Amino acid sequence: MSMTAGAGRGLRRVILGTTTAWLIAFTLLPVLIVVAVSLSEPRLGAPPFTPLFEWGEGVWPIFNGTIASYFTVTSDSLYVAAFVSSLRIAASSAMITLVIAYPMAYAIARSSDRARFALLMLVILPFWTSFLIRTYAWTGLLNTNGLINNTLMNLGVISQPLTLLHTEFAVHLGIVYSYLPFMVLPIYAVLERMDWTLIEAAQDLGARPLKAFFRVTLPLSLPGVFAGWLLVFIPALGEFIIPDLLGGPDTLMLGRVLWTEFFNNRDWPLASALAVLLLVIVLLSALLLVKALRRREAVS
Amino acid sequence: MMAASGPAGEEPVIRIEGVAKSFGGVSAVANVSLDIARGEFFCLVGASGSGKTTLLRLIAGFETPDSGQILIDGVDMSDRPPYARPVNMMFQSYALFPHLTVADNVAFGLEEERRPRAEIRDRVAAALEIFDMGSFAARKPHQLSGGQRQRVALARALVKNPKILLLDEPLAALDKKLRERAQLELVALRERVGITFVMVTHDQEEAMSMASRIALMRDGALCQVGSPRELYDAPQSRFAADFFGVANLFGGRVTKAGAAVDCTEVWSTLAVAGDCAQGADVTVMVRPEQVALAKERPAGPNVLAGTLANVVFLGNAYVCYVALETGKTVQTRLSPADMARLGKLDAGDRVFVSWEPSAARVLTS
Repeated sequence: MSMTAGAGRGLRRVILGTTTAWLIAFTLLPVLIVVAVSLSEPRLGAPPFTPLFEWGEGVWPIFNGTIASYFTVTSDSLYVAAFVSSLRIAASSAMITLVIAYPMAYAIARSSDRARFALLMLVILPFWTSFLIRTYAWTGLLNTNGLINNTLMNLGVISQPLTLLHTEFAVHLGIVYSYLPFMVLPIYAVLERMDWTLIEAAQDLGARPLKAFFRVTLPLSLPGVFAGWLLVFIPALGEFIIPDLLGGPDTLMLGRVLWTEFFNNRDWPLASALAVLLLVIVLLSALLLVKALRRREAVS
Repeated sequence: MMAASGPAGEEPVIRIEGVAKSFGGVSAVANVSLDIARGEFFCLVGASGSGKTTLLRLIAGFETPDSGQILIDGVDMSDRPPYARPVNMMFQSYALFPHLTVADNVAFGLEEERRPRAEIRDRVAAALEIFDMGSFAARKPHQLSGGQRQRVALARALVKNPKILLLDEPLAALDKKLRERAQLELVALRERVGITFVMVTHDQEEAMSMASRIALMRDGALCQVGSPRELYDAPQSRFAADFFGVANLFGGRVTKAGAAVDCTEVWSTLAVAGDCAQGADVTVMVRPEQVALAKERPAGPNVLAGTLANVVFLGNAYVCYVALETGKTVQTRLSPADMARLGKLDAGDRVFVSWEPSAARVLTS
């Protein structure tokens, strides 16, 4: 018995150790490098930034760090606008995703076992093709002579093609389309486990079905809603492909600004500062939601 | 119209008329007609799958009957959804809302009625006080014990002053000691609030000890309806006799109308006193406490010889199992005093069991 317990403990150590080492090497270290780059100054050459520490005359290396990039990022209206519009687009598209995903998750959770499997497969299926290709396919649909405009023109609904592609609408569409399953699945998981006699109890106590939903079902499914929100809002915030392919020249999102700073302007410190700030925002919003969830769980 | 199976006089609070319900072609409740009088503690009892819970859910409105109708206080409930019926239900799982406090759970129904805030507060406090839960008002359901949850569920259902309280296996989740106390409390509660209780249970002892009337259900139909006493003393079927308490059952054919039944199972003709037609296939039932045990063959009818197979001591009684030569076993229940009078008895001893003809019942189905 003690042998297996010892072996179990050993195995646990190996697993924990591997995981920790992995996270340090491939998550924490890269983040620290980005932070370090963000504190340095841009220059021409390779790498295109000044080293953070330099060896001088003394025993200790000289710290060359500067927060100039952070100053630029927070004072230049372009970057501030990029942050604001990223937050706005991510929030509104996450909201739209929620409004569409909740009824879907509800319907799947309430359907028969066989139908449930088929419906879940339909939700997950698009994931088996490339995200890039799926997003690119939308350009063909939304083009001025794309499928949607051609169909509407042929039906006589419109006489001039609509400008669908390269708009903020298209960005929303792309985000909602791409991230819908991330919202559906956590909400479904919560609803699937729900005790439906609670709804019967609510109705027995005089609540009409819609009222029972808002007083019982919805509050009890909030953990799933929070989880789904995080899974959509956070990646949407830093999304690059969707605004790049579907967004217009005036669609300002952090992912694109970051790209431009890195590859066009070769200002790595500035791009890194943007990335660090984005990370802080993501961590803060995740923390807030988790905290809200904890508080709910503590009281329920 | 006179009530078919309820006490005569007043209009019944629940009238069930020819109600049938099936799920996916499988019949759950088949053509049930039943009247329940005001102020009854009515028990629906039966094995699982007998349709008792479906019948309760039909009264609550969670299921709609395929045919027939349910009237509450003379009003047809066919088009009334659960939220518009003057009944409240206590669920087997209690179904307390986990995200609401005890007080908010109890207030839920009153809030749906849009009662004034002050009235809600007073009625919730009063309801919690009745169930001794006043000091737990701010707790969440998961912070309560099983017995406390059960009382909150009762308070939540009764605070709305329903005409009928429906109880779906209300004591099943409690442990044995707590359950016995809760049985007495529920009966006392019904007397206190004065409304009609309809309870579903699979436990025949629970039904016997609590109900004013019992409906025994089998395969979606009513098997027998009556007081606990009637069901025990005068079961109308082999099934009912076996369901309530212990019964010695002997199958046979009537050889003399109302007087004698020839039982191949015990190789003898049993004397009976009851309604039975010549040549009918019947079952003779005798309760163990009606069966006498003797070492010497007693005089009189209905004496069967056998060997003592087993004696079980229950504290207040002994149960003796007597194996007849035919292979049939007869149970007899003796008081410790009777047992002492018999003297020393060992397994394997030759003994005689006997009973009065009037103690036996003839069951025709």
